[in-house]
Amino acid sequence: MALIHDAAVQFAEMLLVLLLAPGLIGFVCKAKARMTRRRGASILQPYRDLMRLFRKEVVLAENASWLFRVVPYLIFAATWVAAALVPTFATGLLFSWSADLIAIIALLASARFFLALAGMDVGTSFGGIGSSREMMIASLAEPAMLMTVFTLALVAGSTQLSTIAAFMNSPSVGLSVSLGLALFALIIVAIAENARIPIDNPATHLELTMVHEAMVLEYSGRHLALIELAAALKLLLYASLIACIFAPWGIAGAHAGARALLIGAAAYVVKLAIAGMLLAVFETAIAKMRVFRVPQFIGAALMLGLLGTLLRFVSGSF
Amino acid sequence: MPNLPFDTAHLLAGGLVLMSFTLLYQDRLYSLLNIYALHALVLALSVAWQANIQDAPHLYVTAGLALGFKAIIIPLALRRIIERLGIHREIETVVGIGPTMLAGMALVALSMVVMLRVTSAAAPIAREDLAFALAVVLLGLLMMVTRRNAVSQVVGFMSLENGLILAASGAKGMPLVVEISVAFSVLIAFIVIGIFLFRIRERFDTVDLAALDQFRGERR
Repeated sequence: MALIHDAAVQFAEMLLVLLLAPGLIGFVCKAKARMTRRRGASILQPYRDLMRLFRKEVVLAENASWLFRVVPYLIFAATWVAAALVPTFATGLLFSWSADLIAIIALLASARFFLALAGMDVGTSFGGIGSSREMMIASLAEPAMLMTVFTLALVAGSTQLSTIAAFMNSPSVGLSVSLGLALFALIIVAIAENARIPIDNPATHLELTMVHEAMVLEYSGRHLALIELAAALKLLLYASLIACIFAPWGIAGAHAGARALLIGAAAYVVKLAIAGMLLAVFETAIAKMRVFRVPQFIGAALMLGLLGTLLRFVSGSF
Repeated sequence: MPNLPFDTAHLLAGGLVLMSFTLLYQDRLYSLLNIYALHALVLALSVAWQANIQDAPHLYVTAGLALGFKAIIIPLALRRIIERLGIHREIETVVGIGPTMLAGMALVALSMVVMLRVTSAAAPIAREDLAFALAVVLLGLLMMVTRRNAVSQVVGFMSLENGLILAASGAKGMPLVVEISVAFSVLIAFIVIGIFLFRIRERFDTVDLAALDQFRGERR
């Protein structure tokens, strides 16, 4: 019985994540538009875009290899599984035993690897530039993410997300400077990984500095729809990761009843809205960085992660 | 809440180390001064918290001195010096910011290893305060080494001195006379350095210390 319950919660969560992901993108776009005194497109616009892309036919370049056709499915699958591992509104999930932060990082890294390969596959110069930049950003963001994970693991005693969430909810957390540093490092990594504004501008196709859009320039039809959906899922994943680690209030425990699950889901939607709002404010307030400034920006995240680990060693040694 | 006094002391002292890193990260003179004021503010909070948990009212005086002199007067004075010198506002570094940060990390790790080994008999709060204070001192030295502009070297020196105050406040029973004399000696050092800045500027038309090396006949 418990197994069926866990499985039901897990699948409900996977579905919810998939349904909410384009909504979060739409919400951020809408909030940004309102902040710059524009009306902006409806929150539902990303859903409409995706529906239209799914109906359109795929145009392939003549020299595209089999890899180019397979990659969108791989990326989408890896990102969806990673998103399913993060506890969004309940911790007692079927996949909880494997919901390891390092596994999530590995899934996202393999998705990025395939995307970079696909960017270079057709042989246009834009794709190559995008791939090389993506790899440069990734080579800096991944160590920073891992250092953050180490800090969290040292504080909570586990890299498993449900354990970390339960620990953060308990009063034994106390006041820790390492956690604050980890939060800031994670936010910087999330901005870098999702190609948001100081690193990359998600709204344009016509800039020489673009990263993510340059790689997916050759895709069309359902392939493009899958990649866009995976990008939306990734943003949602990072938002729920930060919410689950640093604001796990209202999250339903293992084997919770329907009432607790409903409260958890409502709290989750509220948290996502707050995260989207903060992201919109941040993106409106800041300008895009030059590409050569990016290593410094992400280097700050790496430094924060390292510092958090070091400071934790001091307080942990008593 | 487990062990709130220790956690808060740890938070504030850790914040001071973080501020030292932020000082290393800056590349504009004015933002450097703002961060330095923040550095002093965190120091004042940290010392005030020590006064609270040690029941040592004289430490409040130290905190007030740190707040008044270092968070308000010295940054304002340095700002005026920059305006009057009319130097350009970017900071020239000897090596890039990335390697400097890595070196800073190594220094923090070093100070923790050393201090936690050496002071195993002391109370936990004093121990971690000493470890962080040594880190702040070393980072201040690093800043003085890696900057070419005399104003940012002055800021490095001041942040180093903040580390000393942190160490002094962590150790119980530091007499008030010593603290006040330290504070005033720093003020005097600041005045002397300020005069020197004007002298260097008058003679060489720049506050870049490479000019001094050239004057002494050293070749690069």
